[in-house]
Amino acid sequence: MRKWLNRNAPGYVFLMPWLLGFFLLALGPILTSLYMSFTRYDMVSSPRWVGLANYDYMFTRDRRFWKALDVTMWYVVLSVPTRLIMALGVAMLLDKGLRTISIYRAIFYLPSLLGSSIAIAILWRQLFEGDGVINALLARIGIEGPNWIANPDTSLYTLVVLAMWQFGSPMLIFLAGLRSIPRDLYEAAEIDGASRYRQFFRITLPLLAPVIFFNLVLQTIEAFKTFSSAFIISNGTGAPADSLLFFTVYLFNEAFKFFRMGYASALAWVLLLIIAFFTAITFFTSKYWVHYENERD
Amino acid sequence: MSGLSLKGIGKTYGAVNIIKDLNLEVIDGEFLVLVGPSGCGKSTLLRMIAGLEEITEGTLSIGDRVVNELPASQRKLSMVFQSYALYPHMNVRKNLAFGLGNQKMSRAEINERVADAARILQIEPLLDRKPRQLSGGQKQRVAIGRAIVREPELFLFDEPLSNLDAELRVQMRVELAGLYNRLGTTMIYVTHDQVEAMTMASRIVVLRAGKIEQVGTPHELYTKPKNLFVAGFIGSPKINLFEATAQVADGQASVHMTDFGDIPLTHPVRSGALTVGVRPEALKLSDNHPMRTTGTIQLVEYLGSEIFVHVKLPSGNVILVHASGKELHKAGETIPVSFEPQEAHVFDAEGVLIENTVKDPAS
Repeated sequence: MRKWLNRNAPGYVFLMPWLLGFFLLALGPILTSLYMSFTRYDMVSSPRWVGLANYDYMFTRDRRFWKALDVTMWYVVLSVPTRLIMALGVAMLLDKGLRTISIYRAIFYLPSLLGSSIAIAILWRQLFEGDGVINALLARIGIEGPNWIANPDTSLYTLVVLAMWQFGSPMLIFLAGLRSIPRDLYEAAEIDGASRYRQFFRITLPLLAPVIFFNLVLQTIEAFKTFSSAFIISNGTGAPADSLLFFTVYLFNEAFKFFRMGYASALAWVLLLIIAFFTAITFFTSKYWVHYENERD
Repeated sequence: MSGLSLKGIGKTYGAVNIIKDLNLEVIDGEFLVLVGPSGCGKSTLLRMIAGLEEITEGTLSIGDRVVNELPASQRKLSMVFQSYALYPHMNVRKNLAFGLGNQKMSRAEINERVADAARILQIEPLLDRKPRQLSGGQKQRVAIGRAIVREPELFLFDEPLSNLDAELRVQMRVELAGLYNRLGTTMIYVTHDQVEAMTMASRIVVLRAGKIEQVGTPHELYTKPKNLFVAGFIGSPKINLFEATAQVADGQASVHMTDFGDIPLTHPVRSGALTVGVRPEALKLSDNHPMRTTGTIQLVEYLGSEIFVHVKLPSGNVILVHASGKELHKAGETIPVSFEPQEAHVFDAEGVLIENTVKDPAS
């Protein structure tokens, strides 16, 4: 026991802020929401136990639930790869060309700092509206653009573009990953006659796999949880035609607009399980494509 | 390939001049070692030959072809890096095959070449391992294997043994020499270790601050160092250096050494300060040779077959004498020290060798 304590105590001390926060602040609400997902609760009268009724309704009769899932899945599938490709591309440019100029790193990170803010979501609306900036620019070259946001066929893509633009944090992680690949591997490859293309696919990508994996997991979770941009741009409704009805927007409306707290809790737990499922799949497949330098055999 | 020619080679990084107007001919099939203290530009020079570093000025030719602008992959050379630079995510087989795959070689030929290299370097049982599962010596072998599968016309080695422990280094030195004898391909080898240079080289290039100090066979460098720097750098233990003065009396020039007396010279020299170097094994613990004095033993380092004796001379200079392990001496002993005048290397005030100056006492 004493030996165990000596070895592990520092770790637990460092974990303490998180542990305290989790047990004192987070665990209670988490368990409460699990309980509430089995109740009907309108925040006025007290919760009433309904068993699996919320889940039953969700999966068998609630068409908006399936719509929200559909929108969110499309968003995840489109936005995560584009953001990661953008992030990797910019990281490679910074790594190669502008190695010494750290100011560029800050500038490139700026959209990500601003991106999750309400202000940018509002700005985004003004860019992509029918009489917005994008269409004004298109008009100059003679193209009459649609109202990107009001059109259900294009509205989701404006959010994918917004997500792509917020590449800062995965970009920094990619940059750190790129920097940790030894230069002489590229030099050896150059002497070995490997083209830039082959160097990228045979050296950079495999050696970056742990970082790609980390970013993929993080960004997937992040994308499933996207809320504020969709909320602002759809005026809090998921409009037009529920094309921006993100899971979280639907959940928020159920909870705070219609005061169906029990049902909203059930939605939250389903979202958690969905995220857990996809994260687990990513982890499971990682052993086939992620190479770790210090892996034990 | 027909040798390598470097003419007026220079390298600058911004305002810093690393290598200045360097001229060197590498003979086809030789084992050339670039040696010098760290920061002398030897690795930069090697990387310029490899094509990894741009050449700021001068021309580099392989055969009669100027290759300054030729990319590394087309210079028909292989390089072994100090860090080995093995691709960590590929097993040994794939590491060896990588360069061949780039050349769009057939599967069958790749397999054959990999098998050959693995046999030569005795790494056949390791072919399916990843680099992290290999010891330092095994990694080194794989790195060399990766170089030989491509059957290059020129091998470049950048301090390949510095990450190995002492015992393994000696073993790999022997293996590298064996590989050179077997392949007969031109090799250029960079090291800061003069023992590696002496034991493996056909010729050695001693570099200091981006300039060549001397080029020659190990024997030439050891027996006829052109200047004080080379004399001090080549040879282990180091050469003993004595401050001395040039003097002329009755038309006879000589070098006056405080402890050992005068060495007669054949040619007149300008009087003034000089430095005399005498190798530790040229000094004898007896009074049988013309240049002699008596000193006190401070320390005896016993190595079995040989001993290193630190002797304090009357002037206060402490010198190192290399003697046979059969001689028994102990600290505190008073002992004669002597040497033949031909064994003295005399350097002028600028540190340049004064050639053919020592008079043979028999004449």
